[in-house]
Amino acid sequence: MSTRTSTTPVTPRSMGTRLDRVDGPEKVTGRATYAVESAAHDTGDPLHVWLVQSTVAKGEVERLDPAAALAHPGVVAVLDHTSAMRLADTDDGELAILQDPRVHFRGQVVALVLAETSEAAREGAALVEVSYREEPHEAELREDNATYRPETVNPAMDTDTEDGDVDAALAGAAVLVEQTYRTPHEHNNPMEPHATVARWAQDGTSGEVLDLVDSTQGVHGVAQTVGPVLGLEATQVRVRAPYVGGGFGSKGQPHAHVVAAALAAHAVRPRPVRLAVTRQQMFALTGYRTATISHVRLGADADGRLVGLEHRVQEQTSAVKEFAEQTASPSRMMYAAPARRTSHRLAVLDVAVPSWMRAPGEMPGMFAGEVAMDELALACGLDPVELRLRNEPDLDPETGKPFDVRRLPDCLRRGAERFGWADRPREPRSRRVGDWWVGTGVAAATYPAMKMPGNEARVTALGGGRYGVAIGCVDIGTGARTVLTQIAADALGVDPGAVDLEVADTRLPSASVAGGSSGTSSWGSTVVAAAQRFREEHGPDPAAGAEVTASAAKSPAETETANHSFGAVFCEARVNRWTGEVRVPRLLGVYSVGRVLNPVTARSQLVGGLVMGLSAALFEESWRDPRTGHVVTQDLASYHVAAHADVLDVDAEWLEESDEAFTPMGSRGIGEIGIVGTAAAVANATHHATGVRVRELPLTPDRFLS
Amino acid sequence: MRELDYVRASDVEEAVALVSGDPDARYLGGGTNLVDHLKLGIARPARLVDVGRLGLDGVEEQDGPDGRVLHVGANVRNSDLAAHPVVRSAFPVLSRALLSGASGQLRHQASTGGNLLQRTRCVYFQDVTTPCNKREPGSGCSAVGGYGRQDAVLGASEHCVATHPSDMAVAMAALDAVVVVRGRQGERRVPVRELHRLPGDRPDLDTTLEHGDLVTGVELPFTDAARCSTYLKVRDRASYAFALVSVAAALELDGDVVRDVRIAWGGVAHKPWRATAAEEALTGRAVDEDAVRAAVDAELAAARTTDQTAYKLPMLRGATTRTLLRLAGKDPS
Ligand SMILES: Cc1cc2nc3c(=O)[nH]c(=O)nc-3n(C[C@H](O)[C@H](O)[C@H](O)COP(=O)(O)OP(=O)(O)OC[C@H]3O[C@@H](n4cnc5c(N)ncnc54)[C@H](O)[C@@H]3O)c2cc1C
Ligand code: SF4
Repeated sequence: MSTRTSTTPVTPRSMGTRLDRVDGPEKVTGRATYAVESAAHDTGDPLHVWLVQSTVAKGEVERLDPAAALAHPGVVAVLDHTSAMRLADTDDGELAILQDPRVHFRGQVVALVLAETSEAAREGAALVEVSYREEPHEAELREDNATYRPETVNPAMDTDTEDGDVDAALAGAAVLVEQTYRTPHEHNNPMEPHATVARWAQDGTSGEVLDLVDSTQGVHGVAQTVGPVLGLEATQVRVRAPYVGGGFGSKGQPHAHVVAAALAAHAVRPRPVRLAVTRQQMFALTGYRTATISHVRLGADADGRLVGLEHRVQEQTSAVKEFAEQTASPSRMMYAAPARRTSHRLAVLDVAVPSWMRAPGEMPGMFAGEVAMDELALACGLDPVELRLRNEPDLDPETGKPFDVRRLPDCLRRGAERFGWADRPREPRSRRVGDWWVGTGVAAATYPAMKMPGNEARVTALGGGRYGVAIGCVDIGTGARTVLTQIAADALGVDPGAVDLEVADTRLPSASVAGGSSGTSSWGSTVVAAAQRFREEHGPDPAAGAEVTASAAKSPAETETANHSFGAVFCEARVNRWTGEVRVPRLLGVYSVGRVLNPVTARSQLVGGLVMGLSAALFEESWRDPRTGHVVTQDLASYHVAAHADVLDVDAEWLEESDEAFTPMGSRGIGEIGIVGTAAAVANATHHATGVRVRELPLTPDRFLS
Repeated sequence: MRELDYVRASDVEEAVALVSGDPDARYLGGGTNLVDHLKLGIARPARLVDVGRLGLDGVEEQDGPDGRVLHVGANVRNSDLAAHPVVRSAFPVLSRALLSGASGQLRHQASTGGNLLQRTRCVYFQDVTTPCNKREPGSGCSAVGGYGRQDAVLGASEHCVATHPSDMAVAMAALDAVVVVRGRQGERRVPVRELHRLPGDRPDLDTTLEHGDLVTGVELPFTDAARCSTYLKVRDRASYAFALVSVAAALELDGDVVRDVRIAWGGVAHKPWRATAAEEALTGRAVDEDAVRAAVDAELAAARTTDQTAYKLPMLRGATTRTLLRLAGKDPS
């Protein structure tokens, strides 16, 4: 059993240095095996599973004829709601597949085809004949149908907030900005599509019944979620995720395909199965960011000091499972307005289930809020940097607590200096270079610092000065393996080379999800707790085999202060005067994120976040056809993400800082903040370039042509 | 994916015989379009006849029936054609159009014949779970009233509003290229402008070719205008995206005045669109911003737009103006 251990700050030796990725050689030589390539179950001669998806948005499967599929060479079985194993718990509508004939959204799994080869499974899936009794559906988010008030918004926040008399404050404001901002559906699209390999072992001698290799952001989360759905204890589900090619939130919790793999494996047990989700299927089955409509009102006095702020959000959830994105959450803590109101209303639609996508809430919410601030700056005749400086709060407006660290002004000033902001003409549409209107824009960024409960780490003396460190977290490509090695080394006072780190298996001590920018804070604090306790109990020269398992006690900051990271994003945008095309030659983010534990992996996160924000600003849009409920831009030729040629001078810088009140490493979390505010900075720059204010993403060329 | 036969033909006659005699057989060029279609279930042939080893790999100057031409074999790869020194100097519009298409890997793989005959990227055409008259005649057109950002603004019909995706073909339309075709009846020459068709009530037919017709090459006539030619592709992202609209233009001036101008548009119709009304309006006039805009408007008089495609008209005006001013040596900025 583990003990909750208070930690003391760790003296950095490896932390903060550029240690190469410890798994780099495996990755660049192709020896790192991702879920679908896993050889874990090869000896069992795995079958291939293909998903059959509904072609209606709402109704019932009337008839499902597997005959033609079964007649196809290589096809072994077809499972549908009449033949799949009964689930023990069907409360989670997304996961409760093949239990009844109901269809809740287009693209829902209605059958599984199992075959000896992937090709046969795919052809078999095309041969399954399904007819539906179709019902009228609603699949379009509009202002008039987003009226449902959820009990809370994610993760457990108030749906609505109100402080002070907002209407009176806005009525009396010297300057008022009142606008509506829109962001589209976006799909996460990690490089590696979702995949699961499953084997159902009948004998339970080890207590394990289901063995999964999954592409997930958290192995324990998968076991804890799908175990009960399948009628198993979490401990009866083993999940491994040795290498994961990105998630961006879409692998933060198991989606229907994981249950599908388990059901398929159950039907042919003990034969294993392999299920690979295709890129097109991801657009229906593995989550996406809801579209949002933000109604913003900002009122300020003549000096640009906010007197009132309102952010009313309309967005969507799915009828089959609720998901309420916390879009207005950053407006609750960003600026010092004495009167503030925020709200969220949802349209409950017959659509696929929305889910986590990098910086849920902050990304769409800060697009609205930070474009509105740009509009306010212009309305007040103030420089947009200066406007933000004037609205810095002394205490967190939301909780009334002091901020742990709030260095937004430092980020703004440093960014302005490095970017050359001082030379900027105040008037929009005042600079043209050749075919291009040129402008610059700024936006603030923020993301909460979080630590998740449910972490344990184990430290074992291996003899000869070596140490085993084990925690079941997943490195989804961020560099967690590398950074945890550095943290463990410093906490133990040894070289990183003396640490053997084991991760990504539910047989290891439990770990929280790689999400919410909380991974390194949560796992790292836990590893430090275990290492410090280990040294306390076993001293500097432990006997081989000495072992400690521990979890970390809460740090004072977790209860006493409001903990957030901040940043400032500066952008130069060019808009072609003939064609409306938008290009971004320069993008700079300056961040206050606590101590940066490894500049190489941190840069990847921050620059990657900026690139993803740039991509969302200019290109990304999942277009759902309201007539069918189907996302028609379901591949990477029609769902555009930034290509290399779009990513020019993108750079991230961080302030020297150490936040030891929050974690013993001094770090706060860096995974998401890079995407926050970036789209607003780009939109503000295009306005400065052209004088055209676009309040809806993406900023495609058509929006700049009249 | 349906199981199928794969045959590598060793000469043109064999290839034509194999495909024209079998309604379920298809030619396979570089496969960058057709293989996707096999996976997606859009095409379900029983036999693929690989035309990659028929000796159609040359780029040579020849005397054609109407003068000197550059003959390009059907199997010449897009990247090789773009880099060919004669193409770069005598037909720069073609080189630029090719280089603006797809990605380096795809251009290495894609053939000249396959590029001409690639099929629309209409999202509904590519998704077999949705009705599409082009894929399944009579099933309806999902694009009408649906996702329409890429749709045609010229020459569409109620049965199909798709656009042709090729950049190369737009350049060839501006160059008055001629496609050399071998069919059961022997060889014939089809002007590239007559190769692709408008959808009318048969959107399932992309071209005027018959089943079994093999493209063996393309002839590019040398002209003065072709030497002074360029391609402008407008797209959301800076590379690796199909055109929202594109302009291929070639210009020969007599002093200040247009003697010969060729303008072709991509992304606007079911075929590369030769803007003949605009060409006429410009011929004999000096190239300036007003003249080009007026010429474009003459061509666009027949345009039909929706909320989603309305942007294409100002985009065409801007792109065409910019292109012709540049060709005329007038720095437009
Ligand atoms: C991701 C992606 C992005 C792309 N972007 C662009 C772009 O920006 N611009 C652009 O123009 N294109 C683009 N393309 C399309 C690309 O140019 C075509 O796929 C390619 O040119 C087709 O050539 P191929 O030789 O591979 O044709 P194949 O796929 O082999 O064949 C295409 C068709 O032509 C037929 N065919 C092939 N050769 C002959 C012949 N000699 N005679 C008769 N019929 C024949 C085949 O039967 C088939 O019907 C893109 C493609 C992809 C996959
Ligand atoms: S526009 Fe043409 S290709 Fe697209 S769905 Fe309609 S018929 Fe099919």
